[in-house]
Amino acid sequence: MSTEIDTARAAALLDEAPLAHASLFRFATAGSVDDGKSTLVGRLLHDSKAILADQLDAVARTSADRGFGGPGAAGVQAIDLALLTDGLRAEREQGITIDVAYRYFATDRRSFILADCPGHVQYTKNTVTGASTADAVVVLIDARKGVLEQTRRHLSVLQLLRVAHVIVAVNKIDLVDFSESVFRGIEADVQKVGRELGLGSDGITDLLVVPVSALDGDNVVERSERTPWYTGPALLEVLETLPAADELESHLESFRFPVQLVVRPQGALAPDAVAGGLDVEKYRDYRAYAGQITEGSVKVGDKVSVLTPGQAPRTTTVTGIDFAGAELTEAVAPQSVALRLADEFDVARGDTIAAAGTVREASADLYAALCWLSPKPLREGAKVLVKHGTRTVQALVRSVSGKLDLATFKLEGASSLELNDIGHAQLRLAAPLPLENYLHHRRTGAFLVIDPLDGNTLAAGLVNDHPGDHEDERYSI
Amino acid sequence: MSTFLTEEPTQVTEAAVSTRLSSLDTLESEAIHIIREVVAEFEKPALLFSGGKDSVVMLHLATKAFWPGKVPFPVLHVDTGHNFPEVIDFRDRTVERLGLKLVVGSVQEFIDRGELAERADGTRNPLQTVPLLDAIQSNKFDAVFGGGRRDEDKARAKERILSLRDEFGQWDPRNQRPELWNLYNGRHTVGQHVRAFPISNWTELDVWRYIERENIELPGLYYAHDREVFARDGMWRAVGEVSQPRPDEEVITKTVRYRTVGDMSCTGAVESAAATVRDVVIEVAASTITERGATRADDRISEAAMEDRKKDGYF
Ligand SMILES: Nc1nc2c(ncn2[C@@H]2O[C@H](COP(=O)(O)OP(=O)(O)OP(=O)(O)O)[C@@H](O)[C@H]2O)c(=O)[nH]1
Ligand SMILES: [Mg+2]
Repeated sequence: MSTEIDTARAAALLDEAPLAHASLFRFATAGSVDDGKSTLVGRLLHDSKAILADQLDAVARTSADRGFGGPGAAGVQAIDLALLTDGLRAEREQGITIDVAYRYFATDRRSFILADCPGHVQYTKNTVTGASTADAVVVLIDARKGVLEQTRRHLSVLQLLRVAHVIVAVNKIDLVDFSESVFRGIEADVQKVGRELGLGSDGITDLLVVPVSALDGDNVVERSERTPWYTGPALLEVLETLPAADELESHLESFRFPVQLVVRPQGALAPDAVAGGLDVEKYRDYRAYAGQITEGSVKVGDKVSVLTPGQAPRTTTVTGIDFAGAELTEAVAPQSVALRLADEFDVARGDTIAAAGTVREASADLYAALCWLSPKPLREGAKVLVKHGTRTVQALVRSVSGKLDLATFKLEGASSLELNDIGHAQLRLAAPLPLENYLHHRRTGAFLVIDPLDGNTLAAGLVNDHPGDHEDERYSI
Repeated sequence: MSTFLTEEPTQVTEAAVSTRLSSLDTLESEAIHIIREVVAEFEKPALLFSGGKDSVVMLHLATKAFWPGKVPFPVLHVDTGHNFPEVIDFRDRTVERLGLKLVVGSVQEFIDRGELAERADGTRNPLQTVPLLDAIQSNKFDAVFGGGRRDEDKARAKERILSLRDEFGQWDPRNQRPELWNLYNGRHTVGQHVRAFPISNWTELDVWRYIERENIELPGLYYAHDREVFARDGMWRAVGEVSQPRPDEEVITKTVRYRTVGDMSCTGAVESAAATVRDVVIEVAASTITERGATRADDRISEAAMEDRKKDGYF
């Protein structure tokens, strides 16, 4: 009834670690059904002491009720660690993961957001959800089974999403007697798939293979003596030291800022701010553009272009960067701020503010890769909605130009896309959008395809260059 | 003609790396982005405000999102009638200070009209769903902000940031929309609405570190104070109008604080000497048991208590 105190833990979280300034690292799991994703996540949380006593008790009780571990099992061996993330009733009844579970833990090096994703093919859309925001994805493979079709599907999705780091964990190594030759065989298969997909060899992503036993904890938090032939780091060590995606992307200096809304109080100033001494005269005609910087940085005095669909870009100067009463001189992605501009343009939600001289014209022709996530297939001639940045426009599917064959990783001819297909399509937009190649712009190169009838999300879209478009052909507006 | 924005990639520099935001700044920025998206895309949002720490943090984030303007939506409180008086007082002062409109959905009124029945255990937390849905419908709210966090409970851990609810307010955990990147799809049909959880990715410790950093005022019962309590279900219950000890339950005075604030009849206090926000940050970092495990009788009812309530339209 009192809050029990573990002072060592408090010290680890607050004092020794510079946690107040530590950055976030997001990672997800993937891989075929039953390969041990949730067990691995449970093991990682357990061994890094991120499970609190009442959670562990609850999971131990449920495990005992279900006879997990068999007679004589004791301690952590008697706990079904997957129950730490498989929190839905249906998941516990069926022993599978249906939707992503988000968990949070910190070591003295980093704070993590962890997304435990399902392996079942039916729930691929949820795995794509978990992977879309991840800095790294851990793909599990059952050492007894090797690379399966679902492994190939997930690896294709990760390549498509350009997830910066893919770590393949060859799991259940205990069930193959910690055999090096089994591991090396799977490792070679994985490297081959990586080469075929361009994963780990494209300069954007990297690919690592680690032998683990999620159940027993080998090479999860600490290196195992039972795999002496493996000299690489344990999984947690890898996760603690990889650079986050936005660190890798920080070389993209081009400032991008989709406008979310216009802040224009017109006299309706916040009473608490006024009571706190806000200069009412100064803010009478206040007008600023609120949004989140998607990439790059901005300084007061920077020249920027305002991109409004259907209009020529307009160039102006940033006169102020406001954040809740603080006047900043500079802001970086992913900060949410409000920008003031020198000219009284008509700027609205859906417009994009970008560093001047780095933009080309918007386009109504969208060439894209699509990861189709709906049981309703995509057909040529269909009308859909495209949500890009802060703008949603109507679109016509002009053509489907092919889909990925998971056996060969080659694009084969197709005129429609079905559930879980990865394909290419060309769409005609009702209004031009400032589209960018996803390869170089994770945010402004991504979009959703939405069903105009029921509003459901049909696909994850990734902008490709137009055919014949040249990287070096630049317009300075 | 070239038709894309473009840029010249250069190499990663040390300086660029060091400008990364701290985890708290990243979470704050993510939350403000979500709040602004919902305000921009929905006709009539409202924010669930109980005076509890998560909803206070939500309101603070909203003031930052729209500064120097007013928060552009009303707040909604589902009043169980089993309140801590100091929390209601705090609620009213906050609403007044920010110039907001307060909508109250009252469990008591539903009971008085015979539309809800008191439970045998006297707990009113699960009874909040009906007045909540009624308030959403009668006010035509199409988006409702909540302060729910994924680290609170294993069912919450599964929920999207924008969570679609059907005509009956129900959550369908087996059929959630994909939620990709930071592109939130809030489209819904007539009768449906959306619950938005901008602080989904915050932990209890993040909330407290943020309260400390931003100097946010909370109801006093979050800090250590002396209170008359009695033991029930392994928790310290406050003595109050709706929370009376049985003859065999001894009343004693203890130094306690609350980790969550809810229905007085099912929220327990923890023994604590943490009298300042810094003390609480240290205590939360050191705690070996979760906030709900420590303080909520309603979550101990069954293994899937939260999931079942959410399926029925709960927060
Ligand atoms: N022997 C052994 N068994 C394991 C190991 N990892 C997982 N298992 C078992 O494999 C089964 C499936 O584990 P889960 O963690 O639920 O698999 P999953 O990949 O999360 O499954 P889905 O999420 O449904 O795709 C369970 O019975 C685990 O106990 C391991 O390293 N060794
Ligand atoms: Mg699983």
